[in-house]
Amino acid sequence: MTLSKEQKKEMFWMMLLSRRLDERAWVLHRQGKIAFHISGIGQEAAQVGAVYALEKGKDWLVPYYRDLAMMLVMGMTPAEFAMSLMGKAAEPTSGARQMPSHFGLKRARVVSHSAPVATQSPHASGIGLGIKLDGKDEVVLTSIGEGSTSQGEWYEAVNFAAVHTLPVVFLVENNEYAISVPQDKQMAVSSAADKACGLGLPGIQVDGTKVFEVYDAVLEAVENARKGEGATVIEAKMYRLTPHSSDDDDRSYRSREEVEAHKKQDPILLAKEQLIAEGLMTEAEYAQLEEKAKAEVDEAVRIATEAPYPKGEEAAFPVYAEQEVQHG
Amino acid sequence: MAEITLVEAIRQAMDEELARDPNTFIIGEDVGVRGGVFRATVGLFDKFGEDRVIDSPLAELTIVGVGIGAALYGKRPICEIQFADFIFPAFNQIVSEAAKMNYRSNGDWTVPMVIRAPYGGGIGGGLYHSQSVEAFFAHVPGLKVVIPSNPFDAKGLLKAAVRDPDPVVFLEPKKGYRLIKGEVPEDEEIIIPIGPAKVSREGTDLSVFAYGMMHHYALQAAEMVAREGIDVEVVDLRTLYPVDRETILQSVRKTSKALIVHEDNLTGGYGAEIAATIADWGFMDLDAPVKRLAGPDVPGVPFSHPMQDWFMVNPDKIADAIRELAAF
Repeated sequence: MTLSKEQKKEMFWMMLLSRRLDERAWVLHRQGKIAFHISGIGQEAAQVGAVYALEKGKDWLVPYYRDLAMMLVMGMTPAEFAMSLMGKAAEPTSGARQMPSHFGLKRARVVSHSAPVATQSPHASGIGLGIKLDGKDEVVLTSIGEGSTSQGEWYEAVNFAAVHTLPVVFLVENNEYAISVPQDKQMAVSSAADKACGLGLPGIQVDGTKVFEVYDAVLEAVENARKGEGATVIEAKMYRLTPHSSDDDDRSYRSREEVEAHKKQDPILLAKEQLIAEGLMTEAEYAQLEEKAKAEVDEAVRIATEAPYPKGEEAAFPVYAEQEVQHG
Repeated sequence: MAEITLVEAIRQAMDEELARDPNTFIIGEDVGVRGGVFRATVGLFDKFGEDRVIDSPLAELTIVGVGIGAALYGKRPICEIQFADFIFPAFNQIVSEAAKMNYRSNGDWTVPMVIRAPYGGGIGGGLYHSQSVEAFFAHVPGLKVVIPSNPFDAKGLLKAAVRDPDPVVFLEPKKGYRLIKGEVPEDEEIIIPIGPAKVSREGTDLSVFAYGMMHHYALQAAEMVAREGIDVEVVDLRTLYPVDRETILQSVRKTSKALIVHEDNLTGGYGAEIAATIADWGFMDLDAPVKRLAGPDVPGVPFSHPMQDWFMVNPDKIADAIRELAAF
């Protein structure tokens, strides 16, 4: 499907909104207003491009903790994210039980995930199995960092999806680092996509800084999955422009020169230049979007700041699906 | 009423549940064409087909992780782990994912699934086909842990487990699969609720608390000492988590002496929880110290018969422990 001008501008807007919201989280942390942030800065093109290939309300997303831009596209509001940063009760992923960015959004078919990496991958295959058993034409997209593809859980999940020809797209967001450990200490192949050949399914590499290229690649995989042709591994390559999290100091393992060089390939910058070059956006329109993003982020933070915390005793629930099971 | 074996009762429960609910399916190693290495699924592949009785890859975390995903989709998976000894690759999925999903999503995502695993020694299985794993799982809120001791309970509890909205770890005493027989009505549906323990033998002198194979042995030991004039009450715990404290404490109020029996090794074993329960809430009812009879603290059940016999709790050892406590 060829993207319309409006769709392209909308995708850029989601990338920009995610970036400004993410940056505000860093500021809030430095101000001592939140306890923790884990960032998706530098990965917005891959995230927005990938989820735009899904049919909202029909397809499933099993994300990982850097997927803020994906979540905004799927329908999480900036205020909801800001509430999760602050541990506020109305935060929709977990009622503030989980740390921020441990996403999940039932109303949008985004499955809850945890912190031990790659545990979400078999869930995507299980959802794919459910879809196949029910004969539906839904698709599952699941994402993961390149470091986490070292886990056996990821291999087992991809293997099962390949064996059963399941409608799953395994997106690897290769940002070159797993906290401090570079890609060449994680794998002997040059791309996580190369791992697919040993498991019997297609492995595709795409430039993860180019939002429309990611969209095209993921859309093809999604369409194949929907037709019953099975799973695909897609590696989107980009660079993590921030430290791992607010508790990390990346100066201890990579040079400032390296980071600065990659800022020239910032996906926001690249998308902006492309839209202007294609005549889809003017500098004035871009400036308006920046203002709009600032206003939306300001408003999100205001709402979250005023929102109530959960009561301590709410932590007793819900251990079981039906009402709390009482011992004795 | 027909007298059937424990494993046949388990097979019947799955047969009936698969027929009742099209969302149920079985997944595990060799469960399909082979009918399971213990024959627990024999005939089900032919009856329900390969989509409902799925031969998984030889990978336990796949079995559980894919099961979780399918449960999130709305399916009712019955996962078979071939031996409880092999459940540990799936430990992360069970403890980090299945157990926490409902809580961490504030009730949005639930995992209605059963994880069946044959456990226990005395069958010449050595270290890795003999383990008792209940203590690892009976520590985890969000899970339910069930161990049947006879065909009637096995059928009724497994059917309840399949219908339960939460993840149930269903451990089956494999030494009793063919050894333990009992009457199970053919023309009425049996559902035994998860939770309540059962006083399986009324007595006044002393209470024995046990489950699974050790409950079977405890009944035999009670008969042995009855001839000597010791009147033993036997309580089958059936559900280890959440535990039925009231039935335990009621029995202690009646007999004033408590012996807890399990074949898992002593230290940190499930019996410690029962002993602590009695110490906390039944201390004033006691006429003697709470006693535990359990497997020795060695890493596993050895293969060679003399060493296996040394390890295993049996009716004679239980009878000796009863005599000692009765004489206190």
